[in-house]
Amino acid sequence: MKPEELKYTKTHEWIKIDGDVATVGVSDHAQHEMGDIVFVDLPKVGAKLEKGKQACVVESVKSAFDIYSPVSGEVSEVNNKLSEDPALLNQSPIDNGWIYKMKVSNADVSDLMDFKAYQEFIKTEVH
Amino acid sequence: MYISNTKQEKEEMLSAIGVKDFSELISSIPEEFLNPKISLPKALSEIEIYKKMRDLSDKNTVIKSFVGAGVYDHYTPSALKAIISRGEFLTAYTPYQAEASQGLLQTIYEYQSSMCALYEMDCSNASMYDGSTAFAEAVKACLRISGKKKILYSQGIDNRYIEVTRTYLADNKEFVFEMIPLKDGKLDITAAEKMMDSSTACIAVSNPNYFGVIEDIEAIGKKAAEKKILSICISDPFSLGILKTPGSCGFDFAVGEGQSLGLPMSYGGPYLGIFTSKKEYIRQMPGRICGLTKDKDGKRGFVLTLQAREQHIRRDKAASNICSNQALCALATTIYCSLLGPDGLKEACLINNSLAVKAAKELSKIKGVKLKYNQPFFNEFVIDLPLPASEIRRKVSSSFHIDPGLDLGHMGKEFENSLLVCLTETKDENDISLLKKAIEESI
Amino acid sequence: MNDIMKFDNELSIEKSRSGKRGIRFNCPSCETNIPNNFTRKSEPKLPELSEFDTVRHFTRLSKFNFSVDTHFYPLGSCTMKYNPRINEETSSFEGFTSLHPLSLDENAQGTLEIIYDAQNRLCELCGMDDATLWPVAGAHGEYTGILIAKKYFSVKGEGRDEIIVPDSAHGTNPATASMAGFKTVNIQSSPDGRLDLDVLKKNLTPRTAVIMLTVPNTLGIFEKNIKKICELAHANGSLVYMDGANLNALIGLVKPGDFGIDIMHLNMHKTFSTPHGGGGPGAGGILVKRILSPHLPKPRVEKKEGKYFLNENVPLSIGRIKAYLCNTQVLLRAYAYILNHGPEEFKSIAENAILNANYIKASLEKLYPSYSKEYCMHECVLTPSKELQEKGIKTLDIAKRLLDYGFHAPTVYFPLIVHEAIMIEPTETESKETLDSFISTMTKIHSEAMENPEMLKQAPHTMPVKRLDEVLAARQPNIKW
Repeated sequence: MKPEELKYTKTHEWIKIDGDVATVGVSDHAQHEMGDIVFVDLPKVGAKLEKGKQACVVESVKSAFDIYSPVSGEVSEVNNKLSEDPALLNQSPIDNGWIYKMKVSNADVSDLMDFKAYQEFIKTEVH
Repeated sequence: MYISNTKQEKEEMLSAIGVKDFSELISSIPEEFLNPKISLPKALSEIEIYKKMRDLSDKNTVIKSFVGAGVYDHYTPSALKAIISRGEFLTAYTPYQAEASQGLLQTIYEYQSSMCALYEMDCSNASMYDGSTAFAEAVKACLRISGKKKILYSQGIDNRYIEVTRTYLADNKEFVFEMIPLKDGKLDITAAEKMMDSSTACIAVSNPNYFGVIEDIEAIGKKAAEKKILSICISDPFSLGILKTPGSCGFDFAVGEGQSLGLPMSYGGPYLGIFTSKKEYIRQMPGRICGLTKDKDGKRGFVLTLQAREQHIRRDKAASNICSNQALCALATTIYCSLLGPDGLKEACLINNSLAVKAAKELSKIKGVKLKYNQPFFNEFVIDLPLPASEIRRKVSSSFHIDPGLDLGHMGKEFENSLLVCLTETKDENDISLLKKAIEESI
Repeated sequence: MNDIMKFDNELSIEKSRSGKRGIRFNCPSCETNIPNNFTRKSEPKLPELSEFDTVRHFTRLSKFNFSVDTHFYPLGSCTMKYNPRINEETSSFEGFTSLHPLSLDENAQGTLEIIYDAQNRLCELCGMDDATLWPVAGAHGEYTGILIAKKYFSVKGEGRDEIIVPDSAHGTNPATASMAGFKTVNIQSSPDGRLDLDVLKKNLTPRTAVIMLTVPNTLGIFEKNIKKICELAHANGSLVYMDGANLNALIGLVKPGDFGIDIMHLNMHKTFSTPHGGGGPGAGGILVKRILSPHLPKPRVEKKEGKYFLNENVPLSIGRIKAYLCNTQVLLRAYAYILNHGPEEFKSIAENAILNANYIKASLEKLYPSYSKEYCMHECVLTPSKELQEKGIKTLDIAKRLLDYGFHAPTVYFPLIVHEAIMIEPTETESKETLDSFISTMTKIHSEAMENPEMLKQAPHTMPVKRLDEVLAARQPNIKW
């Protein structure tokens, strides 16, 4: 997947929708800000997630970050490789470090940003 | 008073700060609150404190005690006392600066390892306040993991532990406590099986149980696993020198009161909450954990780890608000384990058990006294007396200077005449004769 | 850290040799009744060492450790004061240590008298009405205090479910609130670190049960409007909880009860000089106003006809918070400390704590600007100066370099609202001489940073280990042998 093909949230998750399956992860910018990821508390397969609500938690050494679901739906698959090797999320936040897939129907992503808008958004967020 | 600066030094400091008078430094405190009247006695000198504390300690009665019930009169080795009173350990703070705290961190690592070894569990935290709060945290972990609401617990668990757990659940009515009854002093496994259902978050047992009886924890662990219900075992760590371990019986969590590993009884504490779990629940453990790692040069070193679970990071999302451990008590038990080793601990357990067996035999010879349960026990057992046990306890205490055991009236009507008697290595056969005589003459 | 001893971190289990033993027992008859199927199948993997091996092992470990006895420990919010030895000796009298917690009351009169008297004295000192000394730590006390508030409202039939916590608070405050089933309402402090009355007013609603405050706050600043805050809370039917972590700044100087505080906790291991023991055990009492008395945890220590007793019959109590009473031996130490102080002596604790903190702040302010421009109370929050930040120096580098000079690091990166915070609490027991030496070391570190920032980023250089790989520790937890 290319970062340009994804949609982004203001809370730095990315999402890719393929038919009724959505794949979710965190942006390259976000993994960089988080630092070395030591643990990903994956959601449970079958869990029903709501748009904008907490989906799971990613931990670095001194912090924990809530990951919010970009759309509503039911978790259909999780990236179990992250349990073995959380560093994948740092090394490859999009291809190998995706977090979960979910079943969605008519997902509304109109309020999410495209890559270009997200890049602009990051610039405004820098303090 | 423990202030080192002289009057002159204080004046130098005030002038370095650039104020004439101390009161300028506290000008943000509204006048109306300053200089309140405090009606307290005047300060005592060190000698006066010594005398007053001596007098107060003499007002307690130092007595030969056969009371156990979760807190035990075990011997504290001299070497243990000497090591934990070293200022380097006693006056240190939490090892947040790992490079300056390697000694302490290593002792925590050794503590965690010793507890895992005793309980045969995968993980241990750096310790909690006491056995009851460790138990409450284990129940909470099970509620979190399972998402279910029913807590099944054995009647053989110290009722205080259940009360503390209720308090820890903030009296939330969502959660249901159901008690599994005992049958001849032992958990009724058939009843337990019937009570396990799809709403059950966990089953909790104690071994030995509150009445000293050894439970068949293998069968209980197996049943829980079959029904896919999380399980918690409370085990006296001392008894694990010889008794079957929670880990070998498949328990998900095992907790215990660490006081029995060399800590004095001290009227309630400080004690030590042992908290262990299976590997998959490592991130559900509350409190501190020490881990082994490497420094920049590849040298072995220790740090506090998995901190992202804790309150200083997770704030209102933390599993627990605990932000300390009982480090000095944990150190004491680690030393205790090192001094005894596996053989010493087993030997001590055998002495406890054989003295208890002997005492049970002797006390049952008294007319009108009999053993309440016909079950194997560890170092304490229940006898039924012909009179209310509280009456006999008071009589024996005041006339013979012996506390003969705990009267169990608080457990219900059928326990009114029951006395829970405990024997440890601090007693000997002569003490058993004295106890027998005292009870005999008080009936 | 220690020139004489070479640091080796061989574990006790690695020193173990089969057949060695530290302590032996004489087994009288060893007739047991434990059936075979109830015994463990393999022996526990514990070290086998002689007593001498054990003593040497742990004594050596004690040497690779900072402590108050050996090092200045300016840890903000932790109050690392001297731990008087008379407290140690007297709390270890056999009359105290040999007492079983389920002893008959008549056999425990001495300890019960101490608990009773300590409660009364602490109430008098803080202007509160009633107390419990059962909590065994600050956080344990906090939880007890919040449960008392919860019970108070539930008895009144009010379903208040929110607790207001300022963003400068200790992490335990929101954690405690959520543990007790409350929703935390975080409110932003004003730039000087104080509570903003307008923000507070906006957030006070019929759902507000409690406002949790730290006084002085975590920036070491006194909450000037404390009386107004309490009035607003009370007018709203809410209670005010004071986190007593910083009581060392107030003791003997003011009575928190006079502000209008309803519940507060005390840390015996901070204000009342009991040793920290490497992270515990502590003790944390709770003091309340009269209206909350009925809800204190059980049992209660009471006195009748000159005799003390434990009353288990407390129908409106929040219940039991620990199986067996309290960390009694810690309280005994605190009691000995209390005996050593009359009203004037207590006051001088606060005065000297405040003086020492301001002396450090004034002496270092040029190189390490203070977050607040006001005089501080018992602690100050400094930050690395602009020129240090331009060199890429972080607070962590300064903290680690201090270790090389034999000073424990201050509290760093707390409070969260201050970027790169360095929080210093010298306590009243440190001498001017020690403070001067700390000040000159901080000054020296500043010039080192300007000349050779790389050296600082690699600090510490003289400790038994260099900076440790925390990522490795968390990714692949190795927590036992």
